[in-house]
Amino acid sequence: MKRRNKLLGRIGVLAVHCVLMAGALVMVMPMLWMLATAFKPAPEIALWPPVFLPQAPTFDNFTGAFETAPFGRFFLNSLFIAGVGTLSVIVTSLVAGTVFAKYRFPGRGLLFGMVIATAIVPFEAYMIPLYLQLVQIEWINTYQGIILPYLFMAFGIFLMRQHVGSAIPGELMEAARVDGAGEWWIMARVIAPLSGNALAAVGIFSFIQGWGIFIWPLLIANDQMLFNMELGLTAFQFRFSADTGKLMAGSVVSTAPMLVVFLLLRRRIIENMALTGIK
Amino acid sequence: MTAARRFLTKRRVLLFCYIALAPVLALFLYVRVIPIGFGVWLSFHKWNLLSPAKPFVGLLNYQLLMEDENFHLALWNTTLYSFSTVILSTAIALPLAVFLARRSRLSAFYQTIYFLPVITPMVPVSIAWKWIYDYNYGILNYGLGLLGIKSVAWLSDPDTALWALVIMGVWKVLGYNMVLFLVGIRNIPAMYLEAASLDGANAWQRFWRVTFPLLRPILLYVLVTSTINAYNVFTQVYVMTLGSQAAPGQAVRMLVFDIYTNGFQFFRFGYAAAEAVTLTLIVLGLTVIQFSLARNDPTREK
Repeated sequence: MKRRNKLLGRIGVLAVHCVLMAGALVMVMPMLWMLATAFKPAPEIALWPPVFLPQAPTFDNFTGAFETAPFGRFFLNSLFIAGVGTLSVIVTSLVAGTVFAKYRFPGRGLLFGMVIATAIVPFEAYMIPLYLQLVQIEWINTYQGIILPYLFMAFGIFLMRQHVGSAIPGELMEAARVDGAGEWWIMARVIAPLSGNALAAVGIFSFIQGWGIFIWPLLIANDQMLFNMELGLTAFQFRFSADTGKLMAGSVVSTAPMLVVFLLLRRRIIENMALTGIK
Repeated sequence: MTAARRFLTKRRVLLFCYIALAPVLALFLYVRVIPIGFGVWLSFHKWNLLSPAKPFVGLLNYQLLMEDENFHLALWNTTLYSFSTVILSTAIALPLAVFLARRSRLSAFYQTIYFLPVITPMVPVSIAWKWIYDYNYGILNYGLGLLGIKSVAWLSDPDTALWALVIMGVWKVLGYNMVLFLVGIRNIPAMYLEAASLDGANAWQRFWRVTFPLLRPILLYVLVTSTINAYNVFTQVYVMTLGSQAAPGQAVRMLVFDIYTNGFQFFRFGYAAAEAVTLTLIVLGLTVIQFSLARNDPTREK
């Protein structure tokens, strides 16, 4: 009886692994298929039945894509938009998180509550009025207009408040104060160095988010020179939708930085995303 | 320290607080609080970018919205999409997390794989899926063909277009929900499960009687966040309805897409704002319902 149970258990574990493996295959399939197609010459792409691996791998789709559309420019725009946003999110999260965590001042609860409460309202719900505001100050079709909504992140502020509140002892700050340190100095030299992990988490999320923004640049970037990778790819798809090879090459270029970030920081991303619920 | 100096220090620190917060709060006001309020205000006005007069029209925009067939369609499609995506992704993510809860090298490997779609940008991923769904050369139809199933025009057939989006939506969000459940399961003290074991509970009973009830808060969080996200579906709709072999616009017309069309193709900003306010109210309403359902849980009494 006991042996039979053990055997059944083994079979069960094996079955679970088979299912998990099959599922994993389904999960990576779209990415692998995109990658494989990007390296195929045109005749191989139209092969039926399809052959998974490129038989005569080629870079033509990549060079072709970069020649037909300014993907280099799109790529740099994405880097710039995500990079500036990330820097700003790190600084604003550190400053606001610290002040909300460690200082008492009138209006503190109200202001923090407002930051968190409005975080629930989805961006799509207020993008139109925001667009009209930017029409008024003539920021449509500018880099600053594209970046503006991504300069701070409510969850970043929340995360830093949690971290600074729990991980940094008030005595440390008091000691620095007794030594004559100012509040800014304390923030930069005491709190920031002790918050590396939390700040890195905030930075990673901000970068992933900033890299993938789509609907906002779609609204406010009219000039192709301002397009980020996502918008450039969409425009490219609109004009050359039949050119699957180049489309896949562009998609690979757009995905690659996120894959690199993810594979390097896999564990930290998964754990932090789970703990904070940032998305 | 003298009283005067202490007072000065206190004032200096207070000043620091406000100065430090000022830029963040100004930004916050300008890009979030003001647009939210302005949006509500806008929804009571006839605001056409092309005409200079922007009269107050009361609830007219909302009234028109209730009679608008495109809105009805978008609301229905979005609801169907959201409920299907949320239910499927939760129902798959939970058992997945149970199987992966034991820490091991293999578990970490699976987590990485299942999580991969979460961090990949939506546009390239949508393009890749469009290629997978391709009627003539799509790998999905090839796979189905091997099983003896006839090719399906996944995106251009109005009957399947929405489900094609659901499949991709589940694929994209599955890993995120899985990780949330995983953390919840790992936070359950091992002694609860051991105690249940000693009492003779089998794995099935341990899951339903111990793990699942303790996961309720996380389940609620997963449901709320994925519902909010699903209702705001846009990018994949936009990409998949463009170009050749695209999905027919009406079959996958979703709320944000409808808002975008009203605002940026027809320049009816007041109307689009009313639709956006309605979307927000729907999402908030669903959140409240989910919270109250979680509170009135019959199994919690015992």
